Amino acid sequence: MDQQTTVLITLLGMGLVTYLPRLLPAWFLRGRELPPFLVAWLRYVPVAVLAALLLPSLLVQNGQLALHWNNLYLWAAVPAVFVAWKKKSMFLTVLVGMAVVALARLVFGL
Amino acid sequence: MQEENTNSPRLQALAPALPVVLGYLPIGFAYGVLAINAGLTPFETIAMSIVVYAGSAQLMVVSLFAAGLNPFSIIATTFVVNLRHLLMSASLAPYMERWKKSQVAAFCYELTDESFGVHSLRFARGENAAPQSISINLTCQMAWVVGTILGALAGGLIQDVKPFALDYALPAMFIALLVLQIKNKLHLLVAAAGGLLSIGLWLGHVTQWNVILATVLAATLGAGVETWTNKQRS
Repeated sequence: MDQQTTVLITLLGMGLVTYLPRLLPAWFLRGRELPPFLVAWLRYVPVAVLAALLLPSLLVQNGQLALHWNNLYLWAAVPAVFVAWKKKSMFLTVLVGMAVVALARLVFGL
Repeated sequence: MQEENTNSPRLQALAPALPVVLGYLPIGFAYGVLAINAGLTPFETIAMSIVVYAGSAQLMVVSLFAAGLNPFSIIATTFVVNLRHLLMSASLAPYMERWKKSQVAAFCYELTDESFGVHSLRFARGENAAPQSISINLTCQMAWVVGTILGALAGGLIQDVKPFALDYALPAMFIALLVLQIKNKLHLLVAAAGGLLSIGLWLGHVTQWNVILATVLAATLGAGVETWTNKQRS
């Protein structure tokens, strides 16, 4: 197999193993009567998974825990959380977060 | 989300996609730059954004491609990293009860962390019409692909995406989605548990499975406390 074919097969394989977990639960669970505990459990998945994604994205840098004062990601999270909480706007939060990081890098050279 | 004010109803239906578009353009761009610099061709770079469409996995496998092509390890890594969508798909399933099979298939193809965050808020408000939900997803993926194309074009010229704060688009989106989900103290507890468990597991070298395990445990905590308090009351 040449390089080009190998890359294509790899891409298709990646697509398939990504699509199936996205599709199968919705496909089989919808319209089905679920036990009350599972229904309650599924309602906590959004909060749980977003927090589990967020914290490492703020605290892990270059494969290391970055729990120090010059972790810009943590500082920028303060105004971002404030804007998200007060304004209830995802758009403004993303804008403010990125603006703070860009500005801090420009001013402090972090 | 109340900040969008357009007169066309068709555009208004896409308004929930706007913040994700704002985030996906720069992250897609960053991915495009990194992929080209890692030695992928523009075609492969863009094809991955169309066929796979999963930000963190794409950014992760770019380094694997650069390290030499081993299809099995790349596909296996992608599978593990993206397995968390299983939980998201399950959590949206009850709202898709009346959808056509083709609609479920189309919607789930574009189910990402961020589109999931947007839809779980919409669906909980009762806004779960299939055509609008699919259009929102399409808009998000279009932003991702456009960002990728621009990044692939700029790839040779730019080495570092940091001066533009493009790297902060992802954490900022997670912050917004998480804060918008938190409605009471129990949500706050579940979020704290999910975040701390995820970091704790990562520190314990559970680096690929930490998000899934933390989610399962934190959601169980939430459902457990909720069930227990309901029993106390009745």
